Amino acid sequence: MIRKLFHNTTVLAGLIWRRDRMRIPVWILSIALVSISVAMSFPSLYPEGPERFIIAETLKNPAMISMIGPGYGLGNYHIGAIMAHQMLLFTAMAVAMMNIMLTIRHTRRDEESGRIEVIRSLPVGRLSNAAATILVLAITNISLGLVMSVGLGVLGLEGMDWAGSLLYGAVLTTVGIFFAALTLLFSQLTETSRAAQGYTFAFLGVAYLLRAIGDIGSETLSRLSPLGLILRTQVYVQNYWWPIWVVLVLAGIIGCAALRLNATRDLQAGIIAARPGRRYASRLLRSPLGLVWRLERTSILSWAVGIFILGASYGSVFRDIDSFFQTSDLYQKILPMIEDFSLSEQFVAMLLSIMSMMAAIPALLILLKLGAEEKANRTEHLLARAVSRSGLLGSFLVIAMVVAVIMQVLSVLGLWTVAALSIHGNPFPFFETLWAGMIYVPMMWILLGVATALLGFFPKRTGMVWLYLTYSFFTIYLGNILQLPEWMAKLTPWGHVPNVPLEPIKSSTVVVSLLLAIILIGLGFYGYNKRDIRG
Amino acid sequence: MAIVKIDNVTKKFGNFTALGGIHLEIQQGEVYGFIGPNGAGKTTTIRILLGILKATSGVAQIFGLNAWDDAVEIHKRIAYVPGEVNLWSNLTGGEVIDLFVRLRGSNHKSRREELIERFDLDPTKKCGTYSKGNRQKVALVAAFAADADLYILDEPTSGLDPLMELTFRECVAEAKEAGKSVLLSSHILSEVERLCDRVSIIRQGQIIESGSLKELRHLTMTRVRVETAMPILHLEEIPGVQNVEVFAGGASFQVEGSRLGEVLKQISQYDILALESAPPTLEDLFIHHYQGEA
Repeated sequence: MIRKLFHNTTVLAGLIWRRDRMRIPVWILSIALVSISVAMSFPSLYPEGPERFIIAETLKNPAMISMIGPGYGLGNYHIGAIMAHQMLLFTAMAVAMMNIMLTIRHTRRDEESGRIEVIRSLPVGRLSNAAATILVLAITNISLGLVMSVGLGVLGLEGMDWAGSLLYGAVLTTVGIFFAALTLLFSQLTETSRAAQGYTFAFLGVAYLLRAIGDIGSETLSRLSPLGLILRTQVYVQNYWWPIWVVLVLAGIIGCAALRLNATRDLQAGIIAARPGRRYASRLLRSPLGLVWRLERTSILSWAVGIFILGASYGSVFRDIDSFFQTSDLYQKILPMIEDFSLSEQFVAMLLSIMSMMAAIPALLILLKLGAEEKANRTEHLLARAVSRSGLLGSFLVIAMVVAVIMQVLSVLGLWTVAALSIHGNPFPFFETLWAGMIYVPMMWILLGVATALLGFFPKRTGMVWLYLTYSFFTIYLGNILQLPEWMAKLTPWGHVPNVPLEPIKSSTVVVSLLLAIILIGLGFYGYNKRDIRG
Repeated sequence: MAIVKIDNVTKKFGNFTALGGIHLEIQQGEVYGFIGPNGAGKTTTIRILLGILKATSGVAQIFGLNAWDDAVEIHKRIAYVPGEVNLWSNLTGGEVIDLFVRLRGSNHKSRREELIERFDLDPTKKCGTYSKGNRQKVALVAAFAADADLYILDEPTSGLDPLMELTFRECVAEAKEAGKSVLLSSHILSEVERLCDRVSIIRQGQIIESGSLKELRHLTMTRVRVETAMPILHLEEIPGVQNVEVFAGGASFQVEGSRLGEVLKQISQYDILALESAPPTLEDLFIHHYQGEA
């Protein structure tokens, strides 16, 4: 009976591996490489000596603890302790996301698209696909853990011994397997892959928040969250293994429950009935503009929360910033030195610039969605009705431009609020900071202009705008460290922004950049009205 | 008055010629069939009419307006159903129908409800959970709920069940009765045969035949099966007769439509006992054109 349920599992596992033989190694290597290269940068970022102690002090404020987790071994803050403290939680979350996406891809999404139906018509057990997915993901997570353990262990940095590195990898493997099992469960419960993905990501978010609240006040609350629990391993400090076993047992229970549901339910059915949606469209949904909002609102709201948190997390480090910077050679290199200003004021100028690049991402995503819609043959529904091309492109562009402004405001708001809360006394003035942040809006619009022009003339090459943004980020952020020539920064809109709020805003800069944005947008509209639409 | 006028339209994608100078005219109140195999250029033609693709040369007009320049003006008076309906998976069918109807500017609520009922569609489900047939129903309801003057339907029934196909045919018939024009692209020949007044056959970007079904039939072979008292002599030698099969007490053969009378006259001298003649189906026409010239 059992064997019947799992018939041909290994063949299906082979199929999954065949489909993902690029995707899985890319995931593993990118997560591992980021961690290892960050670990390698720590010795120069945090040289031994009194400044380590200062950093440990700055990390003790509640904003920081809720952001990156409780610090262990702050008394003897060696590189290993720094690594586990600053990187483990976020790496674990990246591993969780990898598992959520891969699991959905091979379970509910395949079922939704009818591929499982084809598979199930062959001599294949009812649980074979789910089991094959678990098998491949277990191997993936174990490989990831091994690559990480060996990579960190080989570095042999101060405080990073083999026992700790092995546990570091094991934590990631465990979190991965837990979220694979959890996603499998949600895939049984819901009828659509979107819903399954939504529920699992919501779970991840709640787990993060629960840990954030718990880490400030209640140890019990933290331990209720799998993310909080797993940090209790105190990697590189105490190296406890018990949280690993607890989470693995939980994952096993959840996985068995998922398999049981999978064995008894109908194909393409869910346990939670999909609730009926609207019978009629709302008043808002009557124009391309309304459609763009309806399609993008969830992602706009999530980005708004994310950008605010990003701003807040930058804001949380301000309390002890001046003492920190005075001791950090690296940061003194990143920040161009200007007399008469405190380091924290200079730091704000740089943060505003970096945050505006982050805030440009959701705006670009919305605009480029028009290209994706065309590829999916959905623009023809609109253009075959009384919708002009300019109207269609304009709707996406207007929302993208507004989103750019909103995101930039939110990032400044997040930065200012938390900074004001953590620095008692006089933080930098709000309106001045907000106004300084707004100077970046024309630069974000230039980027949108580039994307519009690409949509108009090279619809297959719209991805180029991401390269441009990445280039901007590197030249602005790292330009001073790498001693890049100034003209490289001048190739990006950001290279022309005065160092607000330190330097005054020149109206000529604003006018020229707005003009440039308008020209690029105009070009885009011209091209979009001239060319063939693919679908 | 010609509702649709395509005059010597060509379309090139790089070096590939998708359409090599086609002509087509649809009169008011006419249901026009547009048939051809996959990749022949049907969808390209329709997209040029919709102003989504720009013709490399030639004139494409709807209601006397230029399909490219006056697209928005034209689209206020037409309804379109694409062959492959992709919808936004997180919107419900009801929302999409409302959006489509509003984008045209008209709003007939009672008509919408009636059509949803007739096509047996659940408008509260998300489009992501619809089958191909149900997505097609969404597009059909949105199209027929619109009070259009021209309906452009690109293989609209490929995912529908026979009952829904019947409903679809009723909708087309109602539109025709109301004096509307329809361009129906299809490769389901029985559908075209039942619905269309005139037909164009397209192959490799060229229209190779057009006219009423009657005219087209005239161009091809009629199948005849005849039983006679006396054996027919020299049947193959009668001009216009092909594919002769002789059996005991009779024969079956094909004959060119224009020579049917003459051939029958000759056969009648052998004492006809029974005679069956079947007009060529559209399928015969189609295969005749495709195999004959391939």
